Amino acid sequence: MSLHVDIRKRLGSFRLDVNLTADNGVTGLLGASGCGKSMTLKCIAGIEKPDEGRIELDGTVLFDSAAHINLPPQKRRVGYLFQNYALFPNMTVRQNILCGLNREKDRAAKETRLREMLRLMQLEGLENHRPAQLSGGQQQRTALARILVSDPRLLLLDEPFSALDGHLRDSLKIELRDLLTRFGHEVLMVTHDRSEAYNMSRMIAVMDRGRLLCVKPTKELFADPGSVQAAILTGCKNTIPARRADARRVEIPDWGVTFETKQEVREGLCAVGIRAHYFSPDARQNRFPVRFVEEMEEPFEFILRFRYAGQKEDSPPIWWRLPKDKRPQSFPAELGVAPANVLLLYE
Amino acid sequence: MDWYPLFNSLRIAAISCVLVFFTGIFFAYYAAKLPRTVKGILDVILTLPMVLPPTVCGYFLLLIFGVKRPLGMFLLRFGVKLVMTWYGGVLAAAVVAFPLMYRTARGAFESFDRNLAYAGQTLGLSNAWIFWRVRMPACRQGILAGTVLAFARALGEYGATSMLIGYTPGRTATISTTVYQLWRTNDEKGAFFWVMVNLAISTVVLLTVNMLEARQKKAVKA
Repeated sequence: MSLHVDIRKRLGSFRLDVNLTADNGVTGLLGASGCGKSMTLKCIAGIEKPDEGRIELDGTVLFDSAAHINLPPQKRRVGYLFQNYALFPNMTVRQNILCGLNREKDRAAKETRLREMLRLMQLEGLENHRPAQLSGGQQQRTALARILVSDPRLLLLDEPFSALDGHLRDSLKIELRDLLTRFGHEVLMVTHDRSEAYNMSRMIAVMDRGRLLCVKPTKELFADPGSVQAAILTGCKNTIPARRADARRVEIPDWGVTFETKQEVREGLCAVGIRAHYFSPDARQNRFPVRFVEEMEEPFEFILRFRYAGQKEDSPPIWWRLPKDKRPQSFPAELGVAPANVLLLYE
Repeated sequence: MDWYPLFNSLRIAAISCVLVFFTGIFFAYYAAKLPRTVKGILDVILTLPMVLPPTVCGYFLLLIFGVKRPLGMFLLRFGVKLVMTWYGGVLAAAVVAFPLMYRTARGAFESFDRNLAYAGQTLGLSNAWIFWRVRMPACRQGILAGTVLAFARALGEYGATSMLIGYTPGRTATISTTVYQLWRTNDEKGAFFWVMVNLAISTVVLLTVNMLEARQKKAVKA
């Protein structure tokens, strides 16, 4: 069971070039808005046509420009959860879900599967409501129910939580995660939210300006993003150009410091990333004198900015983030970073 | 009392309204899918009858369907004569009313959330099903408004109608041509009568639209 995507498409000056293989489980497609994530999903679903390439799902060719194969979306059996859920506003919950059962001709079987799905998605009692009368979470469940009864072989989720209020989001994330585990097919989830990607996916594919930067297991990606774009997308606040000094040391000219690293530094290193919460007054390694610049108070943590004593004037201040209870009495004279926390970023 | 103009006007307006309903929706739907330049040109051609004086539209219709023109002669072979017949009036009214339907339907289709159609496709629903069961209901208000406007315009058509089918009592007379004819022949009472008939129909049409709109608003709120 797997999805192979290898497509190219031009849209004005924008170029999409994606080569992606996804196996069972949830793969997150992480990228800034406008990087081509949704376009990729639309190409897989058959809503947009790539200029060239090939899409294969579980051994079935959905699209192959060389062989002139382009299955219509109706024949692809690809479920697509839209950002706004795309429920038919003129139909009730029941009618909406029945739309997903249009391939089932037997009336009794239709009714059974509808009942089953209503129960599974906790929509019982809402059958005759219209989408406008439902809460965001109910709308999402209805849209998912409509997709799941159509028995898709691949599920595409386009920013599934962006239309929901913050306090609903976490419980729906857990709900959806459990549902997806039982789904048993590949799931591609587009998001620009790193914690969403982290919560939901086993693998993460990072996209930047139409290109796929890397595909890695989720934890590995966050531990070692590998590129500047991936580091930024995984929430790394400090990325700075750097040079390889030797196998275990990197030189950061803008900050006027040289850091020891735990990982071996390879040729081709272009930058390092230090996550904002990795700085510590207690760390004994990579310690350098710092100067306080400004601070911002968050509900449960402080965000501070500082500069190294030898930092270049035009280099922006560095982000430091720490929980409120960890805040020292006065701003420390020196800050250190554990060598394992220096992210090595390559071209 | 000769009620023929009322009957003829309603007949012409109703038939041309049905024609315009389908052709207007067809062009509105497919024009949206065309490449931009083709769309621009087509849009101008399809909208022209709205901005041209109706007499000019009538002139063009005579140029195309006149009995001495190739197409007119060709149609005559099948016994179809569009000049000086009531069904020629259907053509005249349809041409003039078409842009109203086309433009309102196009506006409605353009504001339609495309994701609804895409969602239907990925669920395996046919494009025709999606069109009639999702797109049309979602655009109902615009389509309805276009239809009513087209009907009202067809009912009040004068210029192109008088050019193409003239005024023959009991054969091609419509309300609007009758009003002019009676006025011209100093039958002021007769003209006033038909003016009032026209006014009554138009009022009923507009009241119906307002009622439908109010009912729809209520349905949306519930």
